[in-house]
Amino acid sequence: MKDFQPVFAGIDVGASRTKAVILDCAQQIIGRAVVKSGTDFEAASHQCLTLALLMAGCTAEQIAKAMTTGYGRKNVAISQESKTEISCHARGCYYYFPQTITIIDIGGQDNKIIKLDESGKRLSFKMNRKCAAGTGAFLEEMSTRLDIPLENLDGLARQSMSMVELGSFCTVFSATEVLEKIRQGKKVPDIVKGLFFSVIKRVMEMDSLSEHVVMTGGVVAHNSYLVKMTEEMIGRRILVPDFPQLTGAIGAALYAQTIMNYEL
Amino acid sequence: MAEEKKVVRKKIEAAVQMNRYMSDYFYELNEADKTRSRKIAWCTSVGPAEILRAMGFLVHFPENHGAMLGATRMATDMIPIANASGYSPEICSYLTADVGAYMKGVTPLSRAYPGIDRVPRPDVLVYNTNQCRDVQDWFAWYAAEFKVPLLGIHTHRGVKDVGDAHVASIASQMKALIPQLEAISGNKFDIDELRHVLTLSKECSSLWKKVLDTASAMPSPITFFDGTIHMGPAVVLRGTQTAVDYYNLLLAELNVRINNKVAAVEGERFRLYWDGMPVWGRLRDHSDLFAGAGVNVLASTYCNSWIFSAFDPEDTFNSMARAYTELFIVRADDAKEAYIRRMIEFFKVDGIIYHDAKTCPNNSNCRYGMPQRLEALTGVPSLTINGDLNDLRLVSDEQTKTNVEAFIEQLEEK
Ligand code: SF4
Repeated sequence: MKDFQPVFAGIDVGASRTKAVILDCAQQIIGRAVVKSGTDFEAASHQCLTLALLMAGCTAEQIAKAMTTGYGRKNVAISQESKTEISCHARGCYYYFPQTITIIDIGGQDNKIIKLDESGKRLSFKMNRKCAAGTGAFLEEMSTRLDIPLENLDGLARQSMSMVELGSFCTVFSATEVLEKIRQGKKVPDIVKGLFFSVIKRVMEMDSLSEHVVMTGGVVAHNSYLVKMTEEMIGRRILVPDFPQLTGAIGAALYAQTIMNYEL
Repeated sequence: MAEEKKVVRKKIEAAVQMNRYMSDYFYELNEADKTRSRKIAWCTSVGPAEILRAMGFLVHFPENHGAMLGATRMATDMIPIANASGYSPEICSYLTADVGAYMKGVTPLSRAYPGIDRVPRPDVLVYNTNQCRDVQDWFAWYAAEFKVPLLGIHTHRGVKDVGDAHVASIASQMKALIPQLEAISGNKFDIDELRHVLTLSKECSSLWKKVLDTASAMPSPITFFDGTIHMGPAVVLRGTQTAVDYYNLLLAELNVRINNKVAAVEGERFRLYWDGMPVWGRLRDHSDLFAGAGVNVLASTYCNSWIFSAFDPEDTFNSMARAYTELFIVRADDAKEAYIRRMIEFFKVDGIIYHDAKTCPNNSNCRYGMPQRLEALTGVPSLTINGDLNDLRLVSDEQTKTNVEAFIEQLEEK
């Protein structure tokens, strides 16, 4: 038991998943959890934090400071403090890779490209436009259309021998295109790889990349083949943190700790 | 819960007077429309309004009406009506909102000014393509609808340096309008009257510039969002004494603010420049979004568009031709970049917001690499937000908010 040890909580209330991280004073991750955000952000964040605390073997009283981030960051009562997911992802990634990096985050509903200099200072960031093309929502929609569980996509894409390229920007038009490819007798693994490729292309259109590229986000966490494909596309290795889905929450917890130190 | 701070907006007292002047302007047009006592011309906002006024026309500006449709959030319901009749959702949403509202038989004027139930009917429509081609198509639709003459000036676009050849071409096109306007108005053209109108227009323009330049004070007494409201007289009343009177009044109030160090945004932490059009239906939200974070968006390319420094009553046609061609929107990217660099320095800005308005490429200056080039040259960071001037279907509030907040966090960490 770590009863009287103060800890720091970061809660990333995403449009699709809520993530929570508990850091100890040495900035080690001692608890973490991911739950579906659903429609009740308050309940999801509470449940997620409880699970993370359980894993950490801590009580809520031990939380010296909590910080929220993500789409629903201002809709939950857990914390008075919030920061955007852009800042938190940047902070979380720099924690793992303290150097000049370009971060590609592929989330459930949005994508980001964030550039940091060697001191961790943010140089620029881009978010996808309103459209969900190239985000997790696109893959979710396609898995429904193809009647394949989301978690099977990665394995299927890996089996592809000859990728089928899709041309459309639009999720709905892509679905039609996919049906057309099936009618033409194309193999499902080849189509799924094409879907992955389409996600990567949408992201690459957003900004240029620096030498060191980090990939994060729920989509990356569950589809490691996407990282491999991106590596092939850009011709170099991509850095992936231990918990790619949690970088936002980790960043939020790190901010919470900084604020606490500052207040002390 | 991370509560959003309530923003206390500082009222500009002169606004009361502006509202009176604007109301008089609309009622005068309405009266002329109902009684046909005076001829009415429709004109583009950076068009040859001075010539029309000098020839005795009352002038209606469809773009002003388009902006009112946007600000009242009527536009988004009107645009689909025009879309359904063949005007794409990808083209100017002033055009589609305005034409859609006409088709539906509604106008925001009725809400603001009881007794006015329609836009004033034109006797002639006069456009200037210095800003875009859409105005020509827009006015052409009404010319067919009302069966009235459509006249236009075709300006060179993408001009790097405005030369004598450009000026000569535009000046001669302006002169060529005169005989037709004489026939429509029944009035003989009088150069002294044009000089008089141009003198007033120049005065209005230089006062408006002084108003906008007050934002260089630290803290700034005015915001870009104030500017979008207070530019009304510079758009629809320039060339009249009323506009001159108004900007004298406004300028005096802002100078008092400067002397007393009164900030338009309490505790001004960062100063931003806005490039592109406002999102009319979100003026208040955007103003609150920035002000709530202690950030003043204080200057813009857009409000500066009604500064016509070249006007010279001694050289009427040439100077109008030059002024209307020297405008930012008419120019090549190198001229635009040089301009924004001057603005960055003059207004001492910490960052730039580019509004990429989906339906107005002409006012969206972030599509050909300008933000990247300027950032490399000046080190001043920028943020591009996607949206639209009028079509709220193209606006994502949550995306805008997250982007803006993240940009402010970036400035904080600098
Ligand atoms: S400049 Fe843009 S907003 Fe203005 S009329 Fe042309 S297309 Fe419309």
